Amino acid sequence: MSGRVAGLAALLVVLVLTCGLSIVLGARDVSWHTLWSAFTAYDDHDTAQRVLREMRIPRTLLGLVVGAALGVAGSLLQGLTRNPLADPGIMGINAGAALAVVSGVMLLGVGSGPASVWLAFLGAAAATAAVYGIASLGRDGATPVKLALAGAALTAGMSAVTTGIVMTHIEALNALRFWQVGSLAGRYLPVFWQVVWFIAGALVVSLVAGRLLNGLALGEDVARGLGMRVGLVRAVLFATVALLCGAATAACGPIVFVGLVVPHVARMLCGPDYRWIVPYSMVIAPVLLLAADVIGRLALGRGELQVGVVLGVLGAPVFVGLVRYRGVAEL
Amino acid sequence: MTSYAVLRRRLRARAAGVTAALAALVLALFVVTLSVGSYRVPLDDVVVSVLHLGENPAVDFVVNGLRMPTALAAVFAGLALGLAGTIFQQLLGNPLASPDFVGVSEGAGLAAVAGLTVFHVSGAPISLLAFGGAMTSAALIYLLAWKDGITGYRFILIGIGVSAFFVALTGWVVARSEDWEARSAMTWLTGSVGQAGHGEIRALVVTVLLAIPAAVVLRRQLGVLALGDDAARALGARLELARLVLLGLAILLVAVATAAVGPVMFVALVAGPIAARLLGPAPGLLAAGLAGAVVMLTADLIAQHLLPASLPTGVVTGAVGAPYLVWLLATSNRKS
Repeated sequence: MSGRVAGLAALLVVLVLTCGLSIVLGARDVSWHTLWSAFTAYDDHDTAQRVLREMRIPRTLLGLVVGAALGVAGSLLQGLTRNPLADPGIMGINAGAALAVVSGVMLLGVGSGPASVWLAFLGAAAATAAVYGIASLGRDGATPVKLALAGAALTAGMSAVTTGIVMTHIEALNALRFWQVGSLAGRYLPVFWQVVWFIAGALVVSLVAGRLLNGLALGEDVARGLGMRVGLVRAVLFATVALLCGAATAACGPIVFVGLVVPHVARMLCGPDYRWIVPYSMVIAPVLLLAADVIGRLALGRGELQVGVVLGVLGAPVFVGLVRYRGVAEL
Repeated sequence: MTSYAVLRRRLRARAAGVTAALAALVLALFVVTLSVGSYRVPLDDVVVSVLHLGENPAVDFVVNGLRMPTALAAVFAGLALGLAGTIFQQLLGNPLASPDFVGVSEGAGLAAVAGLTVFHVSGAPISLLAFGGAMTSAALIYLLAWKDGITGYRFILIGIGVSAFFVALTGWVVARSEDWEARSAMTWLTGSVGQAGHGEIRALVVTVLLAIPAAVVLRRQLGVLALGDDAARALGARLELARLVLLGLAILLVAVATAAVGPVMFVALVAGPIAARLLGPAPGLLAAGLAGAVVMLTADLIAQHLLPASLPTGVVTGAVGAPYLVWLLATSNRKS
């Protein structure tokens, strides 16, 4: 117990440090002193201070909430489906958002800006609802296997439609290319305020849901025997996941890997108890996302490397090493 | 006791019936693929031409010369992916553990895209690169996951990591290439049965024809392994050997199929669950392979003839297999 608290505290310190680095490091390094004066004595004509207030800090805030949302959503999904491969990508959330963005361009002529964020959000929510609805049909309800398969199947179908539209409509392709990069760059404060309340609300629900997930992990029959209303719990948690991933994907485009990998890392550090996995994921995921973003900003010298590329190239070997040498804690 | 025997016989009859029906469907779709196109060949002429029962140079050229390679590639790539997918899923005990999710296809993708955009080669060398990429990433996953044996769970997690690594590198290679290179890379990554050359098709057909009997022989082993390691060991299975042979077979099938038609997504994923919903929890490998071939052939027919613009097969495979799987999920009452 106290070991887990200490671990969480250590991770929080790492998170604060990462946020600081994300604010001061970049194409133009800024001193800690400038950061201080940007708040105490803001000078509109000082370029360094303006870079901080208008770009670095909003970008870091966005990375913080989006990272937390993706990490927690991943851990909820893996608990709900009891499948180590479950992630927002496989559950149809990215595909639904992408389809909504592309259809928006084709049918409504809405290409970018706040409207496409709402579209992506609606698409993600609709896709999640559809996955859950299909998995609940049939006598035995939304079992983990049916959830996973329905998610994979709907993802396949929606991606096919998206590709079909994109290959025949050039404006749709351009909108999708821009949106699909999955990046923290260029999406600042307005986007942050669009999504932050959804994410904050869903995070609170997730934090109190640890006990319910522990119940579900024992299996449906045991959970029911313990007096849990399995169907209701599943529906509420799935809606929470939809909110988290929908908002994150709408804000930053599809960022894969974080939602899939962070829960496994959390499980390796704190064991199989979801009351701890959820908060651990909430702290580890933004550290990972912001660190990858900073590295992407610095790696090339000029220009940026997309956060997704950095996550895969550096994050994947670290993850493989963790799995190999720390051992795995099964779901 | 007798009712159990009756049930067992009924299940077996059902399995044989469904498998035969799938085979008939594959055959019918194969003939249709040879028949339709800008020059329409009547079905009976197709049969005559394929079986060499008569001489008609124009029809022979269209059917055997132009359309046969595509149709063969569709059937055998579908069979290969269906077989491989269901072997992966049963061996690793996870319905999502198809080769497209655990990193085998991604290695092929990176090698081929690098060949197209960095080394500027095309045609057969790309297929060789894809084959090499698939085998390399599979070997990498196997070696990294090996720790006093292979467990399904660790194999899946390592597969996730390796797959993410290759996807990221592929994205980077595509992003830094010129426009036209990026386009040819994207087309290859979508996968199409039309892009297979004669050499690759021959390799694919031979591999699948050899793999099917091997898979049928190994079916029992797979069933035992699916019970879990402890049960399998108690039944006296030589675990690691059987697992290595089955994985090797599945990986070989994915590699030759990807070399021929590119990484066509979702066929390997949906074929097994479709067969399982039709037949019961551990379906025959042959049925899963045939389901893969049905998905591939139907997808190719839709991509080539029903859509306004002719598209790569990989665009449509998801749209064909997925709704059917959804319908099966929604209607079947089986406890899974």
